[in-house]
Amino acid sequence: MQFMLLFSRQGKLRLQKWFVAHTDKVKKKITRELVTLVLGRKPKMCSFLEWKDLKVVYKRYASLYFCCAIEPEDNELLTLEIIHRYVELLDKYFGSVCELDIIFNFEKAYFMLDEFLLGGEVQETSKKNVLKAIAAQDLLQEEETPQGFFDDHGLG
Amino acid sequence: MRGLAVFISDIRNCKSKEAEIKRINKELANIRSKFKGDKTLDGYQKKKYVCKLLFIFLLGHDIDFGHMEAVNLLSSNKYTEKQIGYLFISVLISASSDLMKLVIQCIRNDLVSRNPIHITLALQCVANIGSREMAESLSIDIPSLLVSGDTIDSVKQSAALTLLRLLRTAPELQMGEWTSRIIHLLNDQHMGVVTSAASLIEALVKKNPEEYKGCVSLAVSRLSRIVTSSYTDLQDYTYYFVPAPWLSVKLLRLLQNYPPPEDPSVRTRLTECLETILNKAQEPPKSKKVQHSNAKNAVLFEAINLIIHMDSDPNLLVRACNQLGQFLQHKETNLRYLALESMCLLATSEFSHEAVKKHQDTVITALKTERDVSVRQRAVDLLYAMCDRTNAEEIVGEMLEYLETADYSIREEMVLKVAILAEKYAVDYTWYVDVILNLIRIAGDYVSEEVWYRVIQIVINRDDVQGYAAKTVFEALQAPACHENMVKVGGYILGEFGNLIAGDPRSSPIVQFQLLHSKYHLCSPSTRGLLLSTYIKFINLFPEIKPQIQEILGSKNNMRNPDVELQQRSIEYLQLSSKATADVLATVLEEMPPFPERESSILAKLKKKKPSSVAETAIETTKEHKAMPAAQINSDGQPTLQISSPSSAGSADLLGLDIGGMSAPVDSSSSGGGGQSASDLLVDILGGPVPGGIGGGVGVGTTNGLDSSGLTVGAEENFLKFITKLNGVLYENDLLQIGVKAEYRQNLGRVGLFYGNKTSFQFTQFTTSISCPGQLSTQINVTEKPVDTVMEGGAQVQQMYNIECISEFTEAPILNISFISSGSNQKLHLKLPVSINRFMEATEMNADSFFTRWKALSQPEQECQKIFKATSSQDTELTKAKILGFGSSVLEGIDPNPDNFVSAGVIHTRNQQTGVLIRLEPNKQVEMYRLTVRSTKGSVAQTICEFLETQF
Repeated sequence: MQFMLLFSRQGKLRLQKWFVAHTDKVKKKITRELVTLVLGRKPKMCSFLEWKDLKVVYKRYASLYFCCAIEPEDNELLTLEIIHRYVELLDKYFGSVCELDIIFNFEKAYFMLDEFLLGGEVQETSKKNVLKAIAAQDLLQEEETPQGFFDDHGLG
Repeated sequence: MRGLAVFISDIRNCKSKEAEIKRINKELANIRSKFKGDKTLDGYQKKKYVCKLLFIFLLGHDIDFGHMEAVNLLSSNKYTEKQIGYLFISVLISASSDLMKLVIQCIRNDLVSRNPIHITLALQCVANIGSREMAESLSIDIPSLLVSGDTIDSVKQSAALTLLRLLRTAPELQMGEWTSRIIHLLNDQHMGVVTSAASLIEALVKKNPEEYKGCVSLAVSRLSRIVTSSYTDLQDYTYYFVPAPWLSVKLLRLLQNYPPPEDPSVRTRLTECLETILNKAQEPPKSKKVQHSNAKNAVLFEAINLIIHMDSDPNLLVRACNQLGQFLQHKETNLRYLALESMCLLATSEFSHEAVKKHQDTVITALKTERDVSVRQRAVDLLYAMCDRTNAEEIVGEMLEYLETADYSIREEMVLKVAILAEKYAVDYTWYVDVILNLIRIAGDYVSEEVWYRVIQIVINRDDVQGYAAKTVFEALQAPACHENMVKVGGYILGEFGNLIAGDPRSSPIVQFQLLHSKYHLCSPSTRGLLLSTYIKFINLFPEIKPQIQEILGSKNNMRNPDVELQQRSIEYLQLSSKATADVLATVLEEMPPFPERESSILAKLKKKKPSSVAETAIETTKEHKAMPAAQINSDGQPTLQISSPSSAGSADLLGLDIGGMSAPVDSSSSGGGGQSASDLLVDILGGPVPGGIGGGVGVGTTNGLDSSGLTVGAEENFLKFITKLNGVLYENDLLQIGVKAEYRQNLGRVGLFYGNKTSFQFTQFTTSISCPGQLSTQINVTEKPVDTVMEGGAQVQQMYNIECISEFTEAPILNISFISSGSNQKLHLKLPVSINRFMEATEMNADSFFTRWKALSQPEQECQKIFKATSSQDTELTKAKILGFGSSVLEGIDPNPDNFVSAGVIHTRNQQTGVLIRLEPNKQVEMYRLTVRSTKGSVAQTICEFLETQF
């Protein structure tokens, strides 16, 4: 997989994960192009499309579009299920995930993705194992954070 | 991090873009002052600010500070601080940053820390950035993690994929001797480790398949364990009742890097796996959820990819094709799309090509009814891939029809595909011309130069289609609005071949000229230039309209045209037409000579436009046809004036015979049936079924068998069949059929051989040569046109031989053919069906002159007589037909015995004519014949007698 983008129906990018190196300019250009392309498609259309030398696989969950660009020899159907498994992970972690969860906890969304996919390949398909790793991180966070009263009071 | 949450909601509450930017700038100023302030920030605060910067960056704003603070976080011993630091670095630091050295140092510290969660963070960072510098600095540390015994599973997983990323960045990277052990990770207990390792192993295999060959059997046995497990066995690695779909797909992909396993037991096991996967596709679904069917079908499609890759098991290929056939009508658009795509590959396999063709109607329906253009595009690709000689007319017809309403985005590609198919599978070039003109009519804007260059080239090279082309373009130009490309093709073709239709008053020279000139003012300068060349060619073809043309050339509009090319052409053509003599004009403006053979530039264009869509089989396509004149026609599309020597046109028409029927191998009226197989078509050209006996003794495996004379078995018998006929099958075995069509006049002959490839795969290195044993080389001249060395499956290729009889001869020239079919070398040595009687013209004479001549040839050496037993029916009509077929006359009422046949002919050699008289006396009671041949030359009498003896 070359990259994964999450964006809203309004075209706002919520998460971007690049597995190949591009400059920021190129990333922005690709994002703009793909967001327009995918948002322009009607429901019931095929979830796969050819785009430049790559294949694009996308799926909509509520207000969010998940969109992956994969190599020509990658498996399209299984890419749809990569998206679904990631949604399931988010859902399980946040408890019925919604777009706001991803906005406010964007770093968690990235951490979770790093456990699931690495270098553009599926690393761990077991939902249990991924969630266990994230739970361990959360535990550490709780131990480490000095839940101080001088936590920034919203002004930090 | 409450501060972060507050900041994010502030941003979300911003009513306008300006308000958002204002809020962000305020935050950036705040963070900048915190970072610059004297008060040292604690780790938590640093983390919080770095995280805010990250958020701002992800919103799409530029961040130009904070990198140092993030790098500082990397060396924190608090996990969450380190984690945010790494996230910032992964997302925001470019590989060329000055800080990279520092970052790599921190990564190395974490990698050796022995703390698995720190190691994992460091690995993830490397995998996310994957720069060359990282690859070079960490090429020792990471592999050792992967193969070390005390690395925990999750770290191994990350290490495998991090390594993969580094290998992609720096493929040449050498990473020590750990590699041999790596394939054994496929046996690991932990499914997650196997899943990660499988991706790495595939990348290594791509680099060096030989070194990792051992992974094949490991992958097969792992795959086998997965596909035979029940969905409860693999616990959390089962996804919606499908056992380990991700790992299965990775293993199936890994195996696509190798040919089918050599070890029979491994191969059997793999076949069983693939069969199991195909069987499961037929089972009722275990869940109605789309995830279940997606995961199951993902494995199925990957299995089909492997089956296609191995391309060795017809059973699996046909089963795969049937499965995909079911998907073609599935309610899920995604499945229809993928089925069309996979079928394209199946269509290129000899084993499944026919099975794919069964779905032609469904695919055509998809082309017409699918609502999603990307699916329709797949349908076009599949039709292109499944097209062959049997269905070309129908498929091209459907594609042309669809082109009228096709999406603009795919029109150009469709035009190229239609043009290629029409050329590749044309058996009748009038059809080809019709298709291309239709393309211009329907989608003129999308017809590129390559396409219209090509049609002109083919028309010029094929004299059997020139008259038709002239007539058709003339009709097309009569449409009130016709595309400029039509004007170009029409102008060029009428300029070359307008004379062929000038006899019809409806397309008389002046009508042709006026029709073209009515378009002149609507055309671009380059087309006008082309038309001016057509006009000057008209002056040569039709001197009677010279004044009208000179008037146009000399008009102010042309002589003073602001376009310098048009001005120059007008002036020069006008001068040429008024100064040059008719002879000079005729030489300068002679018909274009044939174009040299070259690969179709249309195909090259399609390849360039869409490399993936030109399936392997299509790539070798059109070599048997003539290719495009890029160099011959100026790059701006204007025809060059060709000054050629008079001999170039003469040689082809040596005999002035009408060979129209021979150049078009299949009569258009008989090629209509879409279901005919290639061999049926071959039979058709010969006007009847292949006689049962031919090739009967030449079964499989004996194709290389030679008889005592060094000829292929059966060659002699087949040669003798042509003693009394001109056309028929010269040779046939399981691979190849050779048909003959011949014409003779006086001492000249033209023999057309039609080589038909009866298989569905290519012959390569196809070469032919003629050898003339003994004196024969001085007695006859044989010149041949070479054939293309590649002959496509199902293709028919024609080869012409011109033969001149210098003096009488007895032996036949030997035709040597060699080619490679499916890797095995085939050689044939046949007799070219050329015998002395072919140069004989039948002579009519009355009884008096017959007997006068008969008596004049009374020297013993002038007569040859044979008495022999009849080997076939003595039916009178049959015998008569054989004598006529032999080339001599049947003279009635000369012999007093009406059962006897007398016959006369004259043999033409280069400088001599030799009379031959024949008398054949059948004795039906004893089934015997007496044959007497008299000739001025005894050797001729001898030869004729020997040939005739074999025929009765």
